[in-house]
Amino acid sequence: MSDYNFEDINRMYFDVLKEIGNIGAGNATTAISDMLGLRLNMEVPQVKLLSFQELGSAVSAEDDTIAGIYLELHNDLEGSMMFLLKMDSAHYLVNRLMGRAEGYDAPFDEMDLSALKEIGNIIMGSYLSALATMTKMRIAPSVPFLAIDMAAAILSVPAIQFGQFGDDALLIETEFGDDVKVSGFFILLPEPDSYGKILSALGIEM
Amino acid sequence: MGTTVKVGMADLNLCKSPDMITTLGLGSCIGIALYDPVKKIGGLAHIMLPDSTQMKNNQNIAKFADTGIEELVRRMIAAGASKGRLVAKIAGGAKMFEVSVGSNIGNIGARNAEASKKKLRELGIPLRAEDTGLNYGRTVELYTETGEFRIKSVGKPVKII
Repeated sequence: MSDYNFEDINRMYFDVLKEIGNIGAGNATTAISDMLGLRLNMEVPQVKLLSFQELGSAVSAEDDTIAGIYLELHNDLEGSMMFLLKMDSAHYLVNRLMGRAEGYDAPFDEMDLSALKEIGNIIMGSYLSALATMTKMRIAPSVPFLAIDMAAAILSVPAIQFGQFGDDALLIETEFGDDVKVSGFFILLPEPDSYGKILSALGIEM
Repeated sequence: MGTTVKVGMADLNLCKSPDMITTLGLGSCIGIALYDPVKKIGGLAHIMLPDSTQMKNNQNIAKFADTGIEELVRRMIAAGASKGRLVAKIAGGAKMFEVSVGSNIGNIGARNAEASKKKLRELGIPLRAEDTGLNYGRTVELYTETGEFRIKSVGKPVKII
């Protein structure tokens, strides 16, 4: 396992990782629909393998403000996960959850921030439960952490984690919505040993 | 005003007066600006990790504080700068998420800042100013006409160091 770097793994098992991404994002969309009491349609998620030079501007322009919610993962799977939203999507989801009129975009107050954290937590939780079911692994996420800042600054966190083992990262973009489209982005960052565990749990020998 | 040179993540470059060199959205990474005030040559490295010797995957020299700074100095000398005149300013190294202390990314920003300063000391390049740590992202701009290092953050006034 340790003889492989992330590039090899990502390229060889792109299809498997894509499938995990599809199922995880599907579950996450269902979770948002339930939470907001909406019927949401999901587009087919786009799974991209990006160099970290590309990662900084993959969600939005590098110095655009975005929201990032981050979880640390423990137990059978060690690593972390991020869910990223552009600000218009973040405002849309918070407004729906808080029962506000659409288009309200005053800066988030404490209550809004904690709602946003929880939205991220629920979305990533349902993604992770899909992954846990498929792999029969136990995954224990931390409490959610939130940052609202420049896209490249938030993405420096996964970039640094990927950067320790390779030069690219797997980004999953999923769009869902009714009349308004919301784009969310997932980044799953297993540590290299955990990557191997996920793949062997799915019956793939390294 | 001259043109603007943009440096990406794990990247470095340089320019001469009247040009400006910038990197957008430093989070836990560090932007290391080197400047020769006589030749008015400015260089900027955007490093992600502290130490290349601890990594197996270390081909990209601009990714690490140690090899990135060495390479930037080499390129600046090749472009006509004098090593004895180089001065440094650094920014970045934030802790973007308030994660637990034991986390492997929790203190990466601080480690990046520390490793950058250590390398500058080794090379005998004086650190004139720094704006590191805390919990927010920074866009930096080095103006080669003056050596000014401007730092922009979301919801904060522009800082000049």
